[in-house]
Amino acid sequence: MVTKLKDVDVVIVGMGWTGGILSKELAAAGLKVVALERGEMRTTGEDYSLPNIRDELRYVVRHDLMMDTARDTLTVRNNPSQEALPMRRLGSFLPGDVVGGSGVHWSGHTWRWTDNEFKVRSKYEERYGKNFVPGDMSIQDWGISYDELEPYYERFEYTAAISGKAGNLKGQIQAGGNPFEAQRARDYPLPPLTPILASQMFNEAARNNGYHPFPRPSANASEAYTNPDGAKFGACQYCGYCQRFGCEANAKGSPHVAIIPIALANPNVELRTHSWVTRVLKDSDNKRVTGVTYTNVLNGEEFEQPAAIVILAAYVLNNVHLMLLSGLGQAYDPATQKGLLGKNYCYQTGNSATLFFEGRHFNPFMNAGGSNDVIDDFNADWAFDRGPHGFVGGSIISAGFNTALPIGYRPVPAGTPRWGKAWKAATAKWYQAGMNITSSGTVMANRANFLDLDPTYKNAFGQPLMRMTFDFKDNEHKASAHAATIVNEIAKSMNPTSLTPAKARTDPWNVVPYQSTHNTGGAIMGTNPGNSVLNKYLQSWDYHNLFVVGANAFPHNAAYNPTGPVGALAYWTADAIKNRYVKSPGSLMPA
Amino acid sequence: MTEKDFGRRDFLKGAVVGGATAATVVRLPQEARAEASPEASKPQAASSSAAPAPAGYMFLNSDEAAFVEALVDHMIPADELTGKGTDIGINIYIDRALAGAWGKGDRLYMQGPWKLGLPSQGYQLPLTPAQLYRAGIEATNAWCRKTYAKSFDQLDETEREAVLVALSTGKLEFEGGLPERVFWNALYQTVMEGMFADPIYGGNRDKAGWKLIGFPGVVAVHRDHVESYRDKPFPSDPLGIADLS
Repeated sequence: MVTKLKDVDVVIVGMGWTGGILSKELAAAGLKVVALERGEMRTTGEDYSLPNIRDELRYVVRHDLMMDTARDTLTVRNNPSQEALPMRRLGSFLPGDVVGGSGVHWSGHTWRWTDNEFKVRSKYEERYGKNFVPGDMSIQDWGISYDELEPYYERFEYTAAISGKAGNLKGQIQAGGNPFEAQRARDYPLPPLTPILASQMFNEAARNNGYHPFPRPSANASEAYTNPDGAKFGACQYCGYCQRFGCEANAKGSPHVAIIPIALANPNVELRTHSWVTRVLKDSDNKRVTGVTYTNVLNGEEFEQPAAIVILAAYVLNNVHLMLLSGLGQAYDPATQKGLLGKNYCYQTGNSATLFFEGRHFNPFMNAGGSNDVIDDFNADWAFDRGPHGFVGGSIISAGFNTALPIGYRPVPAGTPRWGKAWKAATAKWYQAGMNITSSGTVMANRANFLDLDPTYKNAFGQPLMRMTFDFKDNEHKASAHAATIVNEIAKSMNPTSLTPAKARTDPWNVVPYQSTHNTGGAIMGTNPGNSVLNKYLQSWDYHNLFVVGANAFPHNAAYNPTGPVGALAYWTADAIKNRYVKSPGSLMPA
Repeated sequence: MTEKDFGRRDFLKGAVVGGATAATVVRLPQEARAEASPEASKPQAASSSAAPAPAGYMFLNSDEAAFVEALVDHMIPADELTGKGTDIGINIYIDRALAGAWGKGDRLYMQGPWKLGLPSQGYQLPLTPAQLYRAGIEATNAWCRKTYAKSFDQLDETEREAVLVALSTGKLEFEGGLPERVFWNALYQTVMEGMFADPIYGGNRDKAGWKLIGFPGVVAVHRDHVESYRDKPFPSDPLGIADLS
């Protein structure tokens, strides 16, 4: 028995960053919004407060804020010839599962992606010729430009309390910032965080090597702050419990601090927690969507929520899963290259070196999520010639600390025994004296990497799990090898007592160790209905009243963290809906 | 200013000032208030970290307890840096973890069909962590009896070392099909958790693991320490959750 509820203007699936931004913006424009969130409400005062939030076992090891894989998960494999098996517990990536989503437990790293990404195919073909991009690399232009998105990046940065230093203010290069960033109209709302020893040492070494280090822009408020909507932030306390934790000081730019309370203050917004959306409903003519069905997970009751506009604002993977479950488009088939839904799933790559400096005290427990310095010389700098290296994309390289807690972080030099007195002595000796230099690299789309429905395994609602087919390809191996060379060159120049060098990545993608919650693609934006699921307003080409907002829209993955463009695109889409779509419902990009 | 004179109450006050607007405008849905997260998954901060953990085991039977005690005392031997594993309570940590929600398969997808798969596909056994532990201890003891005519806890130090080296490098083969490396990985991880997790979970007694490395534990604020302790040892008598509860 499904209870049909009263019509609303907008139903939003998921209440994290994008759901929060769209709820707030659309409600302010007078639309009645219902937001459905499968997780529970958690608040700073009740849930993220001292002393209980300082619990590495609960939050880092046992994933207290993350999706519950007993209820819903994915199946995984490296290529279509393998049989996919369920990811029975979390590892490689950690989608959030409470109001605020992954924005509660992120570290806050916030970047502006540029035309290096948005015009990726045109730029590489123009510079290196048509044969440089391998035939199986399904990269494409996104249909949007940096200039279009620039004001929306700024809105997100001011909403989320980003601390940083501009590197290119209206075309003027600024000392101390990223000289390779695209030009911006305004500086960050807050100055950079106080640097820690590891980031200072890296900064100096990188400069000595001729590179251009700068403090990583991040949503860790370096000072108390009030955002343009009136949300108040405390100053970051460098507590060392950032990534995977909610912030006790309300200093992290998280949706439950920065935007959701503002949205909920508007009587036009109703948030229903514990509401698990199972399907998006289509009109009989298959031109529009009519609403969603959802289950109240407190009692199993099912509801239909009709709406004039449906916005999917869940985590990347859940947006794509819901589209596949609802038959919203043709599922991608790597053999025939037909279908677009599930295409261009991407991830990120990286490697790191560990440097030991006898006698130094890095105090790895004192840091903000963004306590590190970065170089962008091998990513944003288009002057960096990829030709001799033979890869598309690049890497950012950084050093510092972020949430280095003792169950997970106890560096010892290679060859140290794993238990016993010698292990203990080495652990005690080197804990304070180790630091890492890390690279984070692009993953270009490949025809063999995609998302579809699993033929065998089901979730708690009896629905097929989503199946992830992914591996790093030759392009990523080459980029990773290049990044390792640079990491090791900088590391050696610092003369450590002992060095565990970075290695080029060659192993298949493995679901077990944590790597990155930067999954992208699967319901991508593009220039026309023949190459993408969404137009540049994140509006479905097929169902004009369906918008799918999040990193699912990215046709490939950059070296940067994804939340900057996710937030900017949410504002961009909100503007397109309230300024154009509601006045004249229909495709915003007539094909 | 140190963490000592900038205590919990002051910090909370600061945090609340920072978050006052956010806190007052949130309309908490009724159902969210009614539905706390399952109590079983929340840590019980009943005992002070300074108090000795209650004696006795919740999960381990006597053979298993003997195995775990021998294991943790071998992996974490007493020396000038710390007491031995059982002094630190690592055996108690493991017992409580196995008896609790995690041990019983909380957050573990437990639907078949069951296939071993590839290492890159992760854990695929039809066993909860508690079941894995139980089967793994039995299989390791069976191997020890076959090789040394004694269970693991009866072996001398050299023999125990040889067993753990063989187990951790895949040179020890179980009869009956349990994958040795999967058991070893679980064993190793739980020993480290028992050494370094907050003392409320029964291990890391007297914060021995944290003192070993100089980890200060539950410090509220480091804002002023970033500069004042840059490249200097942080003088800290670590605090646990129970100390601030």
